[in-house]
Amino acid sequence: MLRLRRQQWIEMVAHGLDCLPEEACGLLVGRPDGLVEAFRPCTNTDRSARTYAIDGREILRVERDLDASGNGLEVVGVMHTHTHTDAYPSPTDVERAALLASWHFLIVSLRHPEPVARSYRISDGEVAEEPIELVVR
Amino acid sequence: MPVSVRLPTVLRTHAGGLSEVSAEGATIGEVVDDVVRQFPGTANHLKAPDGALHRFVNVYLDDEDVRYLGGLDTPVSDGAEVSIVPAVAGGTG
Repeated sequence: MLRLRRQQWIEMVAHGLDCLPEEACGLLVGRPDGLVEAFRPCTNTDRSARTYAIDGREILRVERDLDASGNGLEVVGVMHTHTHTDAYPSPTDVERAALLASWHFLIVSLRHPEPVARSYRISDGEVAEEPIELVVR
Repeated sequence: MPVSVRLPTVLRTHAGGLSEVSAEGATIGEVVDDVVRQFPGTANHLKAPDGALHRFVNVYLDDEDVRYLGGLDTPVSDGAEVSIVPAVAGGTG
């Protein structure tokens, strides 16, 4: 299960809308139990409406910051938007997730006026949807 | 000579939970091979079957992508910092 606070959800949707017509992406920072504590928006280096890529140096910078803070938070997943399709992993998403079986893959579809989020685990090419809980407190 | 190798979170479970390990090697290829030798669980994440670097992994030498230096043959000097980072990409295209 992926657990999101209202604040991170608002930040993700805002980042997604800001990046239109291109796909947006960012890292989910949280705890191994799936509670996301922060969203780190990243630059889509593909600058594309159909694909996204995050510069490895940006990932490195986030991981270094987290290690230095010593608060037990780590990168637990990635969010990206689909601008004109539903929130389901594409074959590209599945292929590129090969080494990231422990991550949560949150996809936000901006196809319709109301954003739609769905989250997945992707392991050995198998896609399993997981529930998203909005934590309000 | 030993260099420090920074591991991404996704690899740490295969390396006893360590975020940084020490490895020996005169080139990036030798350093990566030494990490695999010490932590065999990282092999499938770091190397392709043909011995090349796994295409979904990026390796940085002092923050420079080694693919734009000399790849696995890039020389590593004393005190260098090597960082391994998963490639994160996707999309509908």
